[in-house]
Amino acid sequence: MSNDIRYLTPINIDIKKEKYCRFKKSGIKFIDYKDPDFLLKLLNEQGKILPRRITGTSAKYQSRVNKAIKRARHLAILPYVGDMLK
Amino acid sequence: MYAEGQRKSFGFIYVVRSIKFKYLCTPINKLKNTFMTSYETVFILTPVLSEDQAKEAVKKYESEIKSFGAKIKHSESWGLKKLAYPIQKKSTGFYFLFEFEATNTTVADFEVLLKRDERILRFLTVKMNEDHIEYAESRRKKNSGKAAPAEA
Repeated sequence: MSNDIRYLTPINIDIKKEKYCRFKKSGIKFIDYKDPDFLLKLLNEQGKILPRRITGTSAKYQSRVNKAIKRARHLAILPYVGDMLK
Repeated sequence: MYAEGQRKSFGFIYVVRSIKFKYLCTPINKLKNTFMTSYETVFILTPVLSEDQAKEAVKKYESEIKSFGAKIKHSESWGLKKLAYPIQKKSTGFYFLFEFEATNTTVADFEVLLKRDERILRFLTVKMNEDHIEYAESRRKKNSGKAAPAEA
């Protein structure tokens, strides 16, 4: 008998999902600061803005996202500091 | 040398032609008031007011904007909403939205009014670009579509 560890299912190590910009893909040109449900997708649980390396948003739209979120925070639509937002 | 100068002058003519002739002939201080830009203002009224009082305040502001010579395209009330964090120790507020076309000087005047009013917790005025205007129109259509079956 060999000493190899055997797995029931083959393990996939090198599969990376291609990131894409959701705004480019779906053709959203304007990001609304009045819509908290949508902006929540781009925040983490504490209400911090998710970085581009995680969401895959292009630089152009990331800056628009940032602007929209900051406007929403000013109007108390989104919290500055949150806990368990999702 | 000569050729370079010619090219420059040609470029200058090109720029001038792209601006409307009408605006070229008017003096600059008059020009300021000819360009209308779209703006959007959201503001929050204190929950201390009753709904009638809040509506009254909004009507006052609508007439105030009109008196500045601006056109109101759309006004909307979101009702009493919960704030994401307390402002002036209040956890709720009446949200209102104005969309209007105005010249660049009116916004400053309007914001001074909002600042002086103690009933207003927060406000934000945003200049609308083309995408924003397009989005606002589609949003209005959506909302009117939603509101109609709810009433019926």
